[in-house]
Amino acid sequence: MSLDEMNAEDGSVREPYARVAQWLATVSPEQLERRRVEAELFYRRGGITFAVYGDAQGEERIIPYDIIPRILSTQEWSKLAAGLEQRVKALNAYLRDIYGPQDILKAGIVPPDLVWRNPAFRPEMCGVEAPHGIYVHIGGIDIVRVDEEEFYVLEDNARTPSGVSYMLGGREISIRLMPELFRSHRVAPIENYPNELLATLRSVAPRGTMSEPTIALLTPGIHNSAFYEHSFLADGMGVELVEGVDLFVRDDVVYMRTTEGPKRVDVIYRRIDDDFIDPLVFRPDSALGVPGLYGAYVAGNVTVANAMGTGAADDKVIYSYVPDFVRFYLGEKPILKNVQTWRCRDPEDLRYVLDHLAELVVKEVHGSGGYGMLVGPHATKDQRADFAERLKVHPENYIAQPTLALSTCPTFVSNGVAPRHVDLRPFVLTGADGVRIVPGGLTRVALRDGSLVVNSSQGGGTKDTWVIEC
Amino acid sequence: MRIFIQHRTHYAYGSPAKAVMQLLRLTPRNHDGQTVKSWRIDLNCDGVLKAGEDPFGNLTHTLALNGPISDLEVTVEGEVETEDRHGIVRGACERFPAGLYLRETPLTEADAALKEFAHDVTSEARKDRLEMLHCLLVGIYSAIKFDTTPTNSATAASEAFKLKRGVCQDLTHIFIACARHLGVPARYVGGYMLRTDGVTQQEAGHAWAEADVEGLGWVGFDPANGICPTEGHVRVATGLDYLGAAPIRGTRQGGAEEQMRVAVQINQARSQWQS
Amino acid sequence: MLSRTADSLFWFSRYVERADYLARVLEATIRLSSLPIRREDAENEWASALATAGCRADFDALYDWVSPAKVTRFLAFSKRNPTSIRNCLRIARRNARQVRTALTAEMWDTINTAWLELNKLDFDNMDASAMARFLEWVKEISLRVDGSGYRTMLRNDAYWFARLGIFVERADNTARILDVKYHVLLPEHVVVGGGLDYSQWAAILRAVSALTAYHHVYHESLKPMRIADLMLLNPKMPRSVASCYGAICANLDSLAEAYGRQGEAQRMARSMHNKLENARIEQIFETGLHEFCETVIAENVRLGAAISEQYLV
Repeated sequence: MSLDEMNAEDGSVREPYARVAQWLATVSPEQLERRRVEAELFYRRGGITFAVYGDAQGEERIIPYDIIPRILSTQEWSKLAAGLEQRVKALNAYLRDIYGPQDILKAGIVPPDLVWRNPAFRPEMCGVEAPHGIYVHIGGIDIVRVDEEEFYVLEDNARTPSGVSYMLGGREISIRLMPELFRSHRVAPIENYPNELLATLRSVAPRGTMSEPTIALLTPGIHNSAFYEHSFLADGMGVELVEGVDLFVRDDVVYMRTTEGPKRVDVIYRRIDDDFIDPLVFRPDSALGVPGLYGAYVAGNVTVANAMGTGAADDKVIYSYVPDFVRFYLGEKPILKNVQTWRCRDPEDLRYVLDHLAELVVKEVHGSGGYGMLVGPHATKDQRADFAERLKVHPENYIAQPTLALSTCPTFVSNGVAPRHVDLRPFVLTGADGVRIVPGGLTRVALRDGSLVVNSSQGGGTKDTWVIEC
Repeated sequence: MRIFIQHRTHYAYGSPAKAVMQLLRLTPRNHDGQTVKSWRIDLNCDGVLKAGEDPFGNLTHTLALNGPISDLEVTVEGEVETEDRHGIVRGACERFPAGLYLRETPLTEADAALKEFAHDVTSEARKDRLEMLHCLLVGIYSAIKFDTTPTNSATAASEAFKLKRGVCQDLTHIFIACARHLGVPARYVGGYMLRTDGVTQQEAGHAWAEADVEGLGWVGFDPANGICPTEGHVRVATGLDYLGAAPIRGTRQGGAEEQMRVAVQINQARSQWQS
Repeated sequence: MLSRTADSLFWFSRYVERADYLARVLEATIRLSSLPIRREDAENEWASALATAGCRADFDALYDWVSPAKVTRFLAFSKRNPTSIRNCLRIARRNARQVRTALTAEMWDTINTAWLELNKLDFDNMDASAMARFLEWVKEISLRVDGSGYRTMLRNDAYWFARLGIFVERADNTARILDVKYHVLLPEHVVVGGGLDYSQWAAILRAVSALTAYHHVYHESLKPMRIADLMLLNPKMPRSVASCYGAICANLDSLAEAYGRQGEAQRMARSMHNKLENARIEQIFETGLHEFCETVIAENVRLGAAISEQYLV
């Protein structure tokens, strides 16, 4: 049995959900349905859509939104927040180390080939000093609960985590469509996220930046699935939304082309992948990036957030070492738990995994979006046999984890209100002046009964997340 | 042996480019058996040329020009003193442990055919790494026909292997892909080679591979010639693949129909120190 | 603001304006060709519609001869004519989408809705009255874009670039129609008889929606020189080249003031404006109306390039 965040096992209502339970007892399915439709309309009218890759029509879809909020108490949140801060500090320390002195390799904690052969590791970043020593300015840490006590990290996202516009959109809907319920709780605000992001980006401007740093958000353009989020954040921060063609580099300084002539850019919040950042150094056929940007970064004249090469800290094998990072770099005990992980590259682990495929979730080390994974208990015998073959050919490409009984939250589905599995992606901002986290994050919910996959590309939805005093 | 090298790269643009930016890896370094006596870079126009070093230790120049630019010529020229070291590279600038060079890159990914080939040609010599690499060298030299037509600078090892044709870059990529698949760290070397047949005008620089052998360190293998590098080889840059060692990587803004012409002249220099 | 943003605003406006102009040219031509004129003359009207739209060469690449149906189709909604009304609206919407946040919600709504409606039209089965409704609708769209911009946009550089686009395009269009039709305004023009001259002249004025204005300004019957005067030099006529240049100068000056610097674009626009202010239509007729129009068109193209060079790239 998994934890239901509203209904405790003894039939009582867990304290944070007291008012939500009362409210649910009074609203009719018709009222809920009306609000669901209105919420959908809000997303559609606002153009808060995403494009599904591989969808031939390039159709713009909206992510289903569930109007019943997910509740965390401030006590729960403060423990989680402390753990998140610690985790992201450790990730930054690890990146600083592998692109610098590589102490963790010398200490024998991480096998060197996990660094050298990791496709997301960028040799080009070695010996390059990151401004203020920060690599992961914006981190998305996926959190799950399995019991009352503990939060588990499911995955770290250190590249260009997205979803924050859904977090903020969800809050907008709560305030508009459920004002009574919202007012009856004291919900910690999150609307200041763009401001916090701006403050973070400002704080990491290269040393020696005169006056106000100029910040720009670099997007691949309107065809990108997250373009709405890019324009939303640029607007919310009051910074220019630029494409590669808007920027150029002269004498290792980045400028944007404006109607008033070239304007120096100090900080680039980039939402394009490493591969595309600079065709002189990375993929030569990239038309999305800026020739010379890498050189400007190396010269210390521009901050790129997140730094290039952060993916070396967030694949699913490295994940299993993050608690070691906390101990090694910070000398602290990890606050957040890791899900037990078998590394199939290790022959003993592989043997265990092959013997227990029916109980385990097997994931590709460099996969994302819920693709390329096997959920043992839900898979057919043939699927498991097929996966076992793949495991034997390329064990190093896989890890396995126990099938977690993710916690559930009340969710409005076609046949009324029912428990559905959820996770949580809080966004952790790291600046030169400290870590900022707006309380809550994006709750993702698996809308299909019994499903554990919360990814939007796989039929997941989102919920507003309320951190309340109770 | 003293080798004279002159390498001209000429770009002509159908309509003038507004700006050009290039990353040059055109300057050799010294190591045991290779001493650069003189070296210079010339441009046929005014531009900013900034010297630097990439994380692999290659000497780089970043070239920035603001247009209109209708043509551009980059010329490097100099003399290098070499000695035959049987392909063994010592005293070179090494920034990464050999283990890094097991990374797969898009250009050096081994597909099923390449993997099978790698095992086949080395089946006799699995025990000794050096012997295995020699088998690989000979195997590639005899399996792939040198042909400048079917491939280009973006051709991956597996594509060239399927064609069984390619230039030194392709053969080198094939060698690297196979070596890495067999668990041997391998890397790409861009440079020049003095031809033994007396021909001094060449259409491009040269490329070969280096592999890490216990006890010896990095050892060169030139699959286009089926030999280990001799005193006729001049190393300029190394990388995980062509992209990391390319003599020129460039981008331009505006301008149409770029035409590139390369002329390389390599001959034995008449040493002024000769007595 | 980003040069790319300014560029998109500028071209967004230009393409909406061009769609409007094409609709007017088509309307005037349809009307003229329904009059009892000789077949060759009617054919000429359609050919000159193509010339006024500046796409004769594109048309000739696709068709062997000129027919009313072909020209109408080509100018209104051919996908193969890069500046058909349909393509103009498509490009305008694409530019608007690029800079959605620089436009007001009302402007975006107008062009986006127009685009969605356009896609629902059945172009293959359009009779004369459906075509008339379509052209009427296109003119309405430009009015709505114009009006929503005027009523909702902040008066800052975004607004000025959008306005510049309208007037640079409009000056070009007015000069172009005069340039193609100048021969019917010349004294040596052979009188074909009856009211046909009148119809020809009226058609020109209609294409720039100035027929009523003419009567108000001159209080007399249509005279070629007056028509040219109204279209080139009259500062009160919103589609006259002089009036367009007045607006171009004003918007460029606003930019220069906001940015604290001016350049070639301002100098060129001012010089052209002065030239138009000081010109007299009699002199223009003496030295050649055609030559004058050619100069205006060429200068206008150069101005567009100067604006682009100074602000948009």
